[in-house]
Amino acid sequence: MAVTYADVEPGTELPPRTYRVTRLDLVKYAGASGDFNVIHWNERLARAVGLPGVIAHGMYTMAQAGRFVTEWAGDPGAVTEFGVRFSAMVPVPDDDQGAAIEVSGTVAEKLGDNKVAVDLTARAGGTKVLTRARAVVRLP
Amino acid sequence: MALNTEYAGRVFGPGEPYEVSRVKIAEFADAIGEPSGLCRDPEAARQAGYPDVIAPPTFAIVISMASTAKVQADPGLGLDYSMVVHGEQSFSYARPLHAGDVVVATTTVDSIRAVGSMTMMVTSTDISTTSGEHVCTARSTIVERGQ
Repeated sequence: MAVTYADVEPGTELPPRTYRVTRLDLVKYAGASGDFNVIHWNERLARAVGLPGVIAHGMYTMAQAGRFVTEWAGDPGAVTEFGVRFSAMVPVPDDDQGAAIEVSGTVAEKLGDNKVAVDLTARAGGTKVLTRARAVVRLP
Repeated sequence: MALNTEYAGRVFGPGEPYEVSRVKIAEFADAIGEPSGLCRDPEAARQAGYPDVIAPPTFAIVISMASTAKVQADPGLGLDYSMVVHGEQSFSYARPLHAGDVVVATTTVDSIRAVGSMTMMVTSTDISTTSGEHVCTARSTIVERGQ
């Protein structure tokens, strides 16, 4: 069951989740989003511009943090504010495992009007890939 | 400094109307792994109080990026897109986007500044329906890495 406003307090932790991202996911995301920047699908051109290889779209990582919150809230329409800083790249190797994005979150504040602020963290390969990540969510 | 700072303050758009469709919402939800039926099943969405299937919170990037792309592609700005990485992103929603919305996007260049060998550009994109209802503001910081 979805969480309710009465259930949570500042400090309430959201159950952490790990999401895998493969090259196929990046290709699908490129098509769905319209972001065809070569650094997200072409190893040769990614290296040519000084990157370690193909990297995930920052927006793909943000979308995983978004999905983490909307699954917890039980409603993709519950998010009224959502902001992140992209603090590190997520290299996605050309294999079947891809990369793992670990997302965690904590209720930071109850804002009234059934809204809560959730502070989010996303890590890949032990590095924080999102910082200053916060979502404001309206709960039932 | 690669970017033309005279572009700060410029407004681009509104662009052509964009019609939010059920198919595009479902495609986007599939691509990001958002499992909710509210993104796919119109009846479930109506029962939850929405007019039609709703978009996940980062869906607005589809619309805002098409608008900021016009700024980025402007030859006078001097941006090398292959050197661009995304620095920050935020969305502020008056309500979720839903299938059937017809929206237009207007992008304002908030600032352009150099940080060491990099240049950062901040843009804000207002997404409103063609009847003038504000739905979302998307704020984006892109970073052009130095050569």
